[in-house]
Amino acid sequence: MHASVRQAVSVNITPPATTGASRETAAPADMRMTISKVNFWYGPKQTLFDINLGIASSKVTALIGPSGCGKSTLLRTLDRMHETVRNARLAGEILLDGKNILAQDVTQLRRRVGMVFQRPNPFPKSIFENVAYGLRINGSKLPMPEAVEKSLRHAALWDEVKDHLHKSAYELSGGQQQRLCIARALAVEPEVLLLDEPCSALDPISTAKIEELLVQLKDLCTIVTVTHNMQQAARISDFTAFLLNGQIIEFSPTPQLFTKPTDPRTEAYITGRFG
Amino acid sequence: MTVNAQLRWRKFVSNFMLTMTGVCALISVSVLFFILGYLVYHGGAAINWDFFTKLPAPVGENGGGMANAIVGSAKLLLLATCFGVPIGFFGAIYLAEFSSSKIAFVVRYAADLLNGVPSIVIGIFAYSLAVQPFKHFSTYAGGFALGVMMIPITLRSTEEFLLGVPRSLREGAMALGASKWKTIATVIVPAAYRGILTAILLAFARVAGETAPLLFTALGNRFWSNGWNEPTASLPVMIYNYALSPFDDWHRQAWAAGLVLLALILIINIVARAILSRGVSVPRA
Amino acid sequence: MATTTTTVPSEGPLAGSRSFFDRLRDGDEIARLITFLFAASVVLITLLIVYELWQGSVLPRHKFGFAFFRTSVWDPNFEQFGALPFIFGTLVTSAVALFIAVPLGIGAAIFLAELATARLSDALEFFIDLLAAVPSVIYGLLGIFIVVPVMRDVIQPALKNTLGFIPLFKGPAFGIGFLTAGVVLAIMVIPYIISVSREILLSVPRDQREAALALGSTRWESTWKVVVPFARTGIMGSIFLALARALGETMAVTMVIGNTPAIAASLFSPGDSIASVIANQFTEATGELYTQSLIELGLVLFLLTFILNGLARLLIVLTSQRGGTVHA
Repeated sequence: MHASVRQAVSVNITPPATTGASRETAAPADMRMTISKVNFWYGPKQTLFDINLGIASSKVTALIGPSGCGKSTLLRTLDRMHETVRNARLAGEILLDGKNILAQDVTQLRRRVGMVFQRPNPFPKSIFENVAYGLRINGSKLPMPEAVEKSLRHAALWDEVKDHLHKSAYELSGGQQQRLCIARALAVEPEVLLLDEPCSALDPISTAKIEELLVQLKDLCTIVTVTHNMQQAARISDFTAFLLNGQIIEFSPTPQLFTKPTDPRTEAYITGRFG
Repeated sequence: MTVNAQLRWRKFVSNFMLTMTGVCALISVSVLFFILGYLVYHGGAAINWDFFTKLPAPVGENGGGMANAIVGSAKLLLLATCFGVPIGFFGAIYLAEFSSSKIAFVVRYAADLLNGVPSIVIGIFAYSLAVQPFKHFSTYAGGFALGVMMIPITLRSTEEFLLGVPRSLREGAMALGASKWKTIATVIVPAAYRGILTAILLAFARVAGETAPLLFTALGNRFWSNGWNEPTASLPVMIYNYALSPFDDWHRQAWAAGLVLLALILIINIVARAILSRGVSVPRA
Repeated sequence: MATTTTTVPSEGPLAGSRSFFDRLRDGDEIARLITFLFAASVVLITLLIVYELWQGSVLPRHKFGFAFFRTSVWDPNFEQFGALPFIFGTLVTSAVALFIAVPLGIGAAIFLAELATARLSDALEFFIDLLAAVPSVIYGLLGIFIVVPVMRDVIQPALKNTLGFIPLFKGPAFGIGFLTAGVVLAIMVIPYIISVSREILLSVPRDQREAALALGSTRWESTWKVVVPFARTGIMGSIFLALARALGETMAVTMVIGNTPAIAASLFSPGDSIASVIANQFTEATGELYTQSLIELGLVLFLLTFILNGLARLLIVLTSQRGGTVHA
């Protein structure tokens, strides 16, 4: 029903293999990020097992699965946020445009791979300063007001805040704050934007606005989103990966995963038998 | 891949500033060890049996000790505890168990205010109340001043620990037909005893080192103080007087007294915290 | 709700007053009454302090009025009492103390909250708390015998050689004075800044820092530009708390400040603070006006610390309402 789903069906892209244990593979040129043989531990406990996944450029990839399946953990490895936790350990390779992110400078990486969090977390600054933050610390030479306006427009927030740019970000509603966080992340022009359940703390109307937004943002950057809302994944994503107990069970183009899943566990999850 | 110069600079600044914060922490903590070190070094040499048993020698003469100051401090602290702890303890019971929130607010506010009053002002207060009307300095007055200082700490901490006793314990006792005061006395207070004891110890340690309130209440005494109605020597005041004096021997004794006093206070603090950390039964509010 | 059985007297003086005596016989009512009296005595004592300070300073208040705060002459022999030198001394020493203690304290708090492992942070905090328990007179002892000589022989000459052109560092330097008192005070208030700031920083929500990192900040940038600003109200509160303590500190200051009612531009100059002059002169004050002037100084000190403590608590509470939870 959603325009994006129809669009995904007609897109000419090699779908990932869906045989057997259904791991990825697709022409690397189409992959913005490639995750291979990734295993992950929190202390002694292993939470991700042999993850292999390709994130297609300029598409929306959704990670779904029941609570505790590891989807957020996986998302956070993509911008190395797992390193903020002391006992986290990662093995494997994660490539961004063919280069291993684990071997790069992490500060630079995070400029290229941005993140929006589950609960809106604007800084205690004005709306303008929130968006400008990333630009300022990266020493951007761009004129601030134009750059801030551009980001706010991309986040579909400009019209609502253009006369209040210097008010505190906390005066915005929850949905507006989340869009502000998206604007903030977009300001540094990332190549990939990661969103960790961006709508779970929001009301349905705000959720709808953000879903619409994400579909449009595909043209700007590659999107990876974690969601526990299957309908949302079905609505907005081009590819969906289903995780269970730290493993990828199935990874396919979205319409295929939701209408003709190959793994019985996938089918059980999407028909609501568990999770 | 190339890391540009600006990024290098930012990372350099980051590492430098974070190291600096470590230095700040190091400096702050090492002050404690410096203090202990100096006290042990200077005071340790001066401590002898005389210190604990003899009276101060006549002015200008070497030797003598601080026996009267040690006993004096003990008397003052005993008085302070007898005055301050019951007020704090029973007051806290009222706040935690009986009072309305309005009265509780007023009492807590007063206690916090009292806690912030500089100790010299407490001294003035105790002077007005306990010295002036009687026209002489006394151990009572000093004990009163210190007791007033013990009240806020005892009150607030005890209240916190009483409130931390889980509902289920109270309801269990009440369900068995115990009256409120019986519940308090036999269930709630025992459940919170670790925290309460800690509070009392910390309050005690705090006033043990106080000098200012004693300057115009207990004053000082070069001899034994008889009973409770005379001025009395105390360790902190002796340290103060001896340190400011021109006599080297008195300086030496001041170090010894400082060591004894600090050792006492630190030990009480450590014991109090140890008691608290062992108490798993009392969740902090 | 204990049940008590009572026999109701049908005649005599107790008839009809059943409920009161019943309640009294009920242990709970007595317990409530007794504990109330204790709680009320706390309020009573606090009110009494204010009353005694006010009443006890009636003479100089009537005689000098507000001029008390503007006059810089303190001469007991001629019954001239002006508080200005002591207010000056209190403010200067506190300013010096904060100047040193705030950067050190906040820096240490940042280390403890952001960098140290939980174990290290708790261990260091333990030592910091012990530092806060050291009595003032012991700081004074160390002040006289350690800090003063170091100031006199090392630091003050060094300052004179390098910065001697600034009026702050001119004049004879004997080791005692405003600067030394400020340094000793700084050591005394650092633990308060560290404890409170650390707790406040720890309460800043994780995702603030993560959001900053996710935008490509370095660790320092995320701490300094996001976490600390988030906590800035509470940190201000900790500074006010420290200031309140510094104002009221008596013993350590009085032992190293020089006890001269002087208003001078140089930090090397000896001076006096409100608390210190009270401590020194109270027992020797002859005559009502003299004593009461000192009591009026006590009243001033009380008001200053009252306002500062109130502000501090307000600021700390405001931080906790914003999103962090602080055990103030």
